[in-house]
Amino acid sequence: MRWLRNKDSLYGFLVILPSLVLLAVFVYGFIFQTFYISLTDWGKDPAQALSANPQIRFIGFENYRELFTGFIDSRFRQDLFNTFFFTLFFVLGCLGVGLGLAILLDQGPKGEGFFRTIFLFPMSLSFIVTGTIWRWMLQPQGGVNQLPTLVGLPKGEFAWLTSRQQIWQVSWNDVPFITALLVGLVLVLITLSAFRRGEQRRGYIALGSATLLLLWAFTLGRSLQLPYEELHGFNLALIGIILAAVWQMSGYTMALYLAGLRGIPEELREAARVDGASEWQLYWRVILPQLAPITLSAMMILGHISLKIFDLVFAMAGADNAPTDVPALLMYLTTFRANQIAKGAAIAMILLLLVAAVIVPYLYRQLKSEVRR
Amino acid sequence: MIGRIVQYGILSIATLFFLLPVYLVIVTALKEPAAISLEGTWQPPERWYWESFAQAWTAFLPKLQNSFLLTISATILLALLGSLNGYVLAKWRFPGANIIFPLMLFGMFIPYQAVLIPLFQFIREIGLGGSLWGLVLVHVVYGLPITTLIFRNYYAEIPEEMIEAGRIDGAGFFGIYSRIVFPLSLPGFVVVIIWQFTQIWNEFLFAVTLVSSPANQPITVALAQLAGGEAVKWNLPMAGALLAALPTLLVYIFLGRYFIRGLLAGSVKG
Repeated sequence: MRWLRNKDSLYGFLVILPSLVLLAVFVYGFIFQTFYISLTDWGKDPAQALSANPQIRFIGFENYRELFTGFIDSRFRQDLFNTFFFTLFFVLGCLGVGLGLAILLDQGPKGEGFFRTIFLFPMSLSFIVTGTIWRWMLQPQGGVNQLPTLVGLPKGEFAWLTSRQQIWQVSWNDVPFITALLVGLVLVLITLSAFRRGEQRRGYIALGSATLLLLWAFTLGRSLQLPYEELHGFNLALIGIILAAVWQMSGYTMALYLAGLRGIPEELREAARVDGASEWQLYWRVILPQLAPITLSAMMILGHISLKIFDLVFAMAGADNAPTDVPALLMYLTTFRANQIAKGAAIAMILLLLVAAVIVPYLYRQLKSEVRR
Repeated sequence: MIGRIVQYGILSIATLFFLLPVYLVIVTALKEPAAISLEGTWQPPERWYWESFAQAWTAFLPKLQNSFLLTISATILLALLGSLNGYVLAKWRFPGANIIFPLMLFGMFIPYQAVLIPLFQFIREIGLGGSLWGLVLVHVVYGLPITTLIFRNYYAEIPEEMIEAGRIDGAGFFGIYSRIVFPLSLPGFVVVIIWQFTQIWNEFLFAVTLVSSPANQPITVALAQLAGGEAVKWNLPMAGALLAALPTLLVYIFLGRYFIRGLLAGSVKG
């Protein structure tokens, strides 16, 4: 019997082996190759970029240095700001709208199924379809700007996708300091919650990293990198893209929250009501804390989607509209339009690191909770 | 009472927000090109003009065929591979599976830009550059993690006793799969097929970079190009958007329950 089981395990391994080999090559092999390309000068010389056997030289981290401090690559740095603000407002928008709708539907209104279908249908569309429609919705002289005229008000004047306005400007030279400060703050919060829950080891690790990071921020973090002041901020042209993205994806958070709300046992609600909690307190004190793990998962999933956002911007604003550019799009332009292949690879690696920073903790969390079950 | 009014009020406003773009697409697609103006964006058409759909249909028919060919072949391959992989991971844990599984899952979250340059070269070197079959291959490979995950979680629900009973009856690895696991798999297949159909139909990054010849373009690329040209009147892009959206929309409307399961499978367990 034992040898039979072993033979079957071998069959199992042989069945899954081709998939594993494919993924090893197509995911990890190609990532490694992209990383190697990002350390070369492939594409610096236009004559070499497209030749069948290009002469490629190893130049170390030069491409990355240029992206973060080089004069010509300031567009990439603005793109980092764009991604940051896009992610921030997109995630907040989806969480807010999704939670609100889920709570309303959880009350069991008439036509609940109808509303749910309406709120979720954009999820089945391509970002290209959504982008095409919203591009027409946001024409400066028409679309949404014309809506007020239907009730006799003057028409809206915001230029939406072509707006050049920028607010909340920050000097690029302050970015390392501010980033370190923000990450340090998050680590301090993690430290506090870890100690409160009695997870000593985790608390000390977080405390140690927070101290190191903040120490760095206040000593070396302010040493300047650029000889001039370079301002970046929140491009208002992104508002339109954020709006369309929230339209498309908030149904997803609604579905997540609704599943969560339905999973909360009725006894818990009854117990709170018996204790004299108002409906407001019930949600604020009892139900919302129960939904915290869902919120965290949704933040991570939405966060990584928004870091990767490419097709929506492409279809809505076009690939060349600088105010709404994002790194995922810049990588495409740099590599496939400008043939700066090595620099495109470097942008891709930075994008991968950003996504990994969100997804690795997510996977760790998901799989850990699975083992516990 | 007031609570009810507020509740339905907010739900109505939300419905309006979600349906406004739908109204605009339909209205614009049904207008004569000359009747489309920025000031009159929201006005209904004075007379229905179906010509745009006929034009969009002629222009997009080959692209829709490409999309169907791509989506259906990749989805079928993925469903079969995912089912076998999920079976192995759920019922025949081999040493190292605990390390390999997370590494596999990571592959479905990466920004594909991080593999695009070597991938582009690879597809060209094996002679599939610019063709639809290169795209099929790419979708099958990068779809493996999610389909494996969905099937693995689905098969985890099959009780061990059933597998054990099959084993006592003398069934081996393949016997247990074909006699016990596969016959129970229909809902799993439906979820995976619907989810992959939607994903691959809607995909854009691989399509725009790997398929160079216009004859092989899927619908998303064709639509992006049509709408990106500044000169076109908006009736055509809107009719095209409707055509491009229709297949996935119909799947969602008629099989919504399974669609939502696929949606949640990628994010929360169980």
